[in-house]
Amino acid sequence: MKKHFPIGVLLAVLVSVQLITQWTDTSYYLTQLTMSAYYSLVIIGLCLLMGYAGQISLGHAGFFAIGGYLPAALTTHNLLPHKDHLCVRILDGLGCLVEGVSLYGENILYVHPWPACLIAVSCAALIAFIIGTPVLKLKGHYLAMATLGLGTIIYRVFLAMEYFGEADGISEVPAFPLLPGLSVSGDFSDRTKNYYIACFLLLAGLALAVNLVNSRVGRAMRAIHGAEDAANAMGVNTARYKLNVFVLSAIYAAVAGVFVTHYNGGIGPSEAGVMKSVRYVAIVAVGGMGSLWGVLIMGILLNFLSLRGMFGSFDDAVFGVILIIIMLFAPEGLLRLKIWPKAKAFILGLTKGQRENSGTT
Amino acid sequence: MADFFSVMGAFICMTPELFCQYLFAGITYGLIYAIVAIGFNIIYNTTGIINFAQGEFVMLGGMIAISMNNIMPLPFAILVAVMITMIIGALIEIIFIRWLVKPSILRMIIITIGISIITREIALHIWGEGVRALPYFVGNEITSVSVFGVGVSPQVFWVLGVCTVMVVALNLFFKFIPLGQVMRACAANRVAATLCGINTKNMVTFSFVLSAGIGAIAGCVVSPITYTQYDGGTNLAIKGFTVAILGGPGNSMAAVAAGLLLGIIEAFSVSVLPLAFQDAISIAILLIILFVRPHGLFGNKSAASLKEF
Repeated sequence: MKKHFPIGVLLAVLVSVQLITQWTDTSYYLTQLTMSAYYSLVIIGLCLLMGYAGQISLGHAGFFAIGGYLPAALTTHNLLPHKDHLCVRILDGLGCLVEGVSLYGENILYVHPWPACLIAVSCAALIAFIIGTPVLKLKGHYLAMATLGLGTIIYRVFLAMEYFGEADGISEVPAFPLLPGLSVSGDFSDRTKNYYIACFLLLAGLALAVNLVNSRVGRAMRAIHGAEDAANAMGVNTARYKLNVFVLSAIYAAVAGVFVTHYNGGIGPSEAGVMKSVRYVAIVAVGGMGSLWGVLIMGILLNFLSLRGMFGSFDDAVFGVILIIIMLFAPEGLLRLKIWPKAKAFILGLTKGQRENSGTT
Repeated sequence: MADFFSVMGAFICMTPELFCQYLFAGITYGLIYAIVAIGFNIIYNTTGIINFAQGEFVMLGGMIAISMNNIMPLPFAILVAVMITMIIGALIEIIFIRWLVKPSILRMIIITIGISIITREIALHIWGEGVRALPYFVGNEITSVSVFGVGVSPQVFWVLGVCTVMVVALNLFFKFIPLGQVMRACAANRVAATLCGINTKNMVTFSFVLSAGIGAIAGCVVSPITYTQYDGGTNLAIKGFTVAILGGPGNSMAAVAAGLLLGIIEAFSVSVLPLAFQDAISIAILLIILFVRPHGLFGNKSAASLKEF
């Protein structure tokens, strides 16, 4: 029971936030909170890779974009003109296609969001698997540059292909009917429902990550972070563990991408940009690399502030400054600064002193 | 198969004029990549870190020169721009790197990425999003010199000349000038250099100054052709890193060869693939090189394994 206590607290906080926004009539905050919950999912995945397995990735926005762009393209492009194409017929045979009416009143045929989501996530996982095998052999600067390169290639491909809307991106992505009566969409009437969908997804992702970290796999990952050669010598299959974590974190990013795209009703190439990847790394660094809870709190907080436009035109600069300050003064993360134990001792000392004072008088 | 024939067709049908145009474009860009790569190498050799903000020096050099050109003649503007960029390079090292005790590589990567973002954002707020350019050193946009019957802008020769002079001068500097020799000593073995009484910390600062300086010069010469924009640095950093890896880390002469190779491949890729994929090609080359020959095309495997990445 004790193990599940923090998750229970988080659930309580999330529910009370929703209730408070309802009472104070500020439920427009929920839109940004939903988005930051999805972005935090990417960050939890990256935290597993960076904080626990010790492998930097500057290409996670790329996986997010794969998760976002593929369903966006599949659910918006009209397949009617290609009705006799083999692929379309196979998809039709599997019952993956939906017929609908577009905004302009013409009949369109598109892929149902569920298979599109599965295709996107498995595509991201496959790319992570194929690229991960050689990339994760690299260390340090090489790994950073290789993942940066990977992210840039994905960005360029989305930016260059007409199928993905080039610089305009893709808009008018339909809602994602998760279950009957429950769909991911940007509709105002569905805002509260969507908030809970995001919360559920975040909690599920977090629970999976927490369990993973406290398992045999988690211990192996931390061993790799500590000393890869030593872990290898102790019989940890370092290459396999690193690859698995890389693929898992790519899946986290892709899932977040799918949901954000359906929630926003569109996606643009900036989601795949290098700055986004750097932002995710910055948030993981602020949260304290190997601390899922710290990363989660910082992820929701910073994304929320950024989405609310608190940083104005200094949005990217803020993340750059955060990155530098954290790495210079608190490379272990904000929550692991040496100030906290001291502050705790100080406060404890104060209360203790008070108690003693009250005892003597 | 049809693709293959159309690609070959594109090459065969290419007129000599077009071929030369692509070749000169490739050489121009390639030399700039080579200069960025040499900047990487200088800092890498003395500190063991890759400075992700290297491309920003090129951008800063161009931008400052453009602003200075409004109030003073071009040669002075370039001189002042290079000086200012060198001071910025020194300040970056003194503020962010000098006082760190044995930082981990992950930490250094993230810090230099942060520096590059901040530099870019400051540039964005000072100079805006617009594309700027220095005037041509000689003539204007339409002046051309005929080479093998092909019109080539004189600025291309400026780039060629300045970059060649810089590479030769750097080589002489590291070989014969005492300061250069001291820097090489730091690169070879920092502990031993310290024991010999060399102030290695100052040498690290100096390596930042030097690579900021050559980056700024490159940024000024190339600005009339490629234009300068606040976010041009990242792209140059990735290309420069590709070249540095192609040539083998720390090897400056090989970096020039690798830079020319990459520049020419990139220029000719336009005839085969859409322009939008041009960057993807050089990055794909980077990935392939990293996977297959991480010690570089001209590098030595056993020597590379001694270095820490």
